[in-house]
Amino acid sequence: MDLLEYQGKQLFARHQIPVPSGIPARTVDEAVAAAEQIGYPCVVKAQVKIGGRGKAGGIKVAANADQARESAEAILGMDIKGFTVHELWIEEASEIEAEYYAAIVFDRSARAALVMLSTQGGIDIEQVSHENPEAIATLHVDPLLGFQPYQARRLAFDAGIEADLIRPIGDFLTLLYETFIAEEALLVEVNPLIITPDRKVRALDAKVTLDPSALYRHEENAQLRDPSDEDPQEQMARDRGLTYVKLDGNIGILGNGAGLVMSTLDVVAQYGGEAANFLDAGGGSKADAITSAVEVICSNEKVKAVLFNIFGGITRCDEVASGLIEAFATAPPSVPFVVRLDGTNDAEGRRILAEAKLPGVHTASTMNEAAEMVVALAKGEAL
Amino acid sequence: MSVLVGTETRLCVAGITGSEGRFHTLNNRDYGTNVVSGVTPGKGGQDIEGIPVFNTFHNAVEQSGANTAMIFVPPPFAADSILEAADAGIETIIAITEGIPAHDELRVYTQIKRMMGVRLIGPNCPGVLSPGKANVGIIPASFFKQGNVGVMSRSGTLTYQIGNELAQKGFGNSSIVGLGGDPIPGTSFIDVLEMFENDDQTELIVMSGEIGGEAEELAAAYIGEHVTKPVVGYIAGFTAPPGKTMGHAGAIVSGSKGTAAAKAEALEAQGVRVGRTPTQVAEIAIEILGG
Repeated sequence: MDLLEYQGKQLFARHQIPVPSGIPARTVDEAVAAAEQIGYPCVVKAQVKIGGRGKAGGIKVAANADQARESAEAILGMDIKGFTVHELWIEEASEIEAEYYAAIVFDRSARAALVMLSTQGGIDIEQVSHENPEAIATLHVDPLLGFQPYQARRLAFDAGIEADLIRPIGDFLTLLYETFIAEEALLVEVNPLIITPDRKVRALDAKVTLDPSALYRHEENAQLRDPSDEDPQEQMARDRGLTYVKLDGNIGILGNGAGLVMSTLDVVAQYGGEAANFLDAGGGSKADAITSAVEVICSNEKVKAVLFNIFGGITRCDEVASGLIEAFATAPPSVPFVVRLDGTNDAEGRRILAEAKLPGVHTASTMNEAAEMVVALAKGEAL
Repeated sequence: MSVLVGTETRLCVAGITGSEGRFHTLNNRDYGTNVVSGVTPGKGGQDIEGIPVFNTFHNAVEQSGANTAMIFVPPPFAADSILEAADAGIETIIAITEGIPAHDELRVYTQIKRMMGVRLIGPNCPGVLSPGKANVGIIPASFFKQGNVGVMSRSGTLTYQIGNELAQKGFGNSSIVGLGGDPIPGTSFIDVLEMFENDDQTELIVMSGEIGGEAEELAAAYIGEHVTKPVVGYIAGFTAPPGKTMGHAGAIVSGSKGTAAAKAEALEAQGVRVGRTPTQVAEIAIEILGG
């Protein structure tokens, strides 16, 4: 789960990481009130979960209340790379002498946290990492020992940090690591990490990704989930306990097991179709999960045809068939379905479906055949 | 032979008194797996259809001689249960639980790696089946019979799909190993490649990968250097958009990293034939085995 900048900064502040003070605002009036409270100059910052806000005009300095109002009016509702700005963060302006970069990443390949530090922070850090990777000092942390003071010093020296900043930067990295562990983050990134003219270190930005599997033991963080920023189908699916990802195509997909569903999207693409979603009904899909899934898939108006690809293991094909019949009884979908049932109780499942004679429901015995059929149906072709 | 589980397996199940744990434990026993005990703190002294329940793994190892553990406890308690099993001297730990926090997995992985002789399979995996010998986990055993194809996979149902197509053509399996869909699996493709390479019964290896991480790329390099048996590959997620977790916590393309195309390319560069559909994987396997 990604946090907005200000949520990340509030999380940093709880762990004593130095951040500029600020106030979030959802309306122009709230923004002006916040600016008055903070004093001038202040910075009006768009809160969206995407980089490049500054270049897009989403960050403006205000020297007085009029400018704060003007900036807030301009930025609220602005579209930044497809993300609409619903929230602002009004922050005290910082004096900047230098812009550094610091980050900690959950490095799954190395099976350890990776700490990174560079004196070449600012907007183009990705360019630095491509063209001049040695400008970013890195090291891995032993998960059982934790981040050691010598590692902080080594990173700082390797990054070419000036002598008077070795200790403050080291302290900053130590706090950042403590935050990474305590909040169970997958990423904490500070770009820029600024040095002020009086040689203080501060996080001017915050990018934080939290582990969704750990939210059950971080109630404060779990509440940061913003339903308004989620896709309506994704929200609906989550409420019903289904794993759903919205995609761009027009073929609704349901399968059991993440790998099989991914594979189904690929096979549909090979037959010239495009999936409207990823939906894993789970290992032991029961009838009610199937009914919910049909409801979620068909609520996406782009869907022209639906493919059920079931390989029954723990999932029983007769349960899936019953679920589908129930779904049709409650709210008959207006689009055609192709159902492929294979595995546990497949014959029984196919028999139940055949007897029910659901309108627009076709059966297939293999995954490839099913994909071919659904692609034709989505194009409006007859089978 | 077969790998990881077999006739020498003496299984102890953590979470045996839960409904899922009980159901699959009894399924495994019905298949012929030697289930010697279960662990549920506070329920020591009870039994599940004759299988004794102990309070701790240490008791279970001492009193029932367990050498293999299946972890079926909910995510908040799973890391602790794995560490307990390892501390008690269990050699093979198979963790079925899905949804263990990433930082827990990282600590557990690191600790297990440092304990010589302990192997963790999973978490978030369907288990291991050695047809005709033992089934530990939730793989529907009825689809598989003994044979010479070793299968390893990051996905459960996809394994059944591929295995079933092979079975319909008359081929069976030495072992089917579910590695799990999480970012930090205890056992990698490389570990199992080494086991299958050294296993007499295995003549062909099928590996089913998916987007995310670089386990398939590392496996490809290992195959090029160390594996003499033929390997057939499959990768799921060619059409998955970047930045979206596709069901499995580990199945995510981050930026340009972890794509299906890169993985297939790495395997093909080492001479591994990669099927574009599960059916094609089975067809290639049959071609190689001369069915």
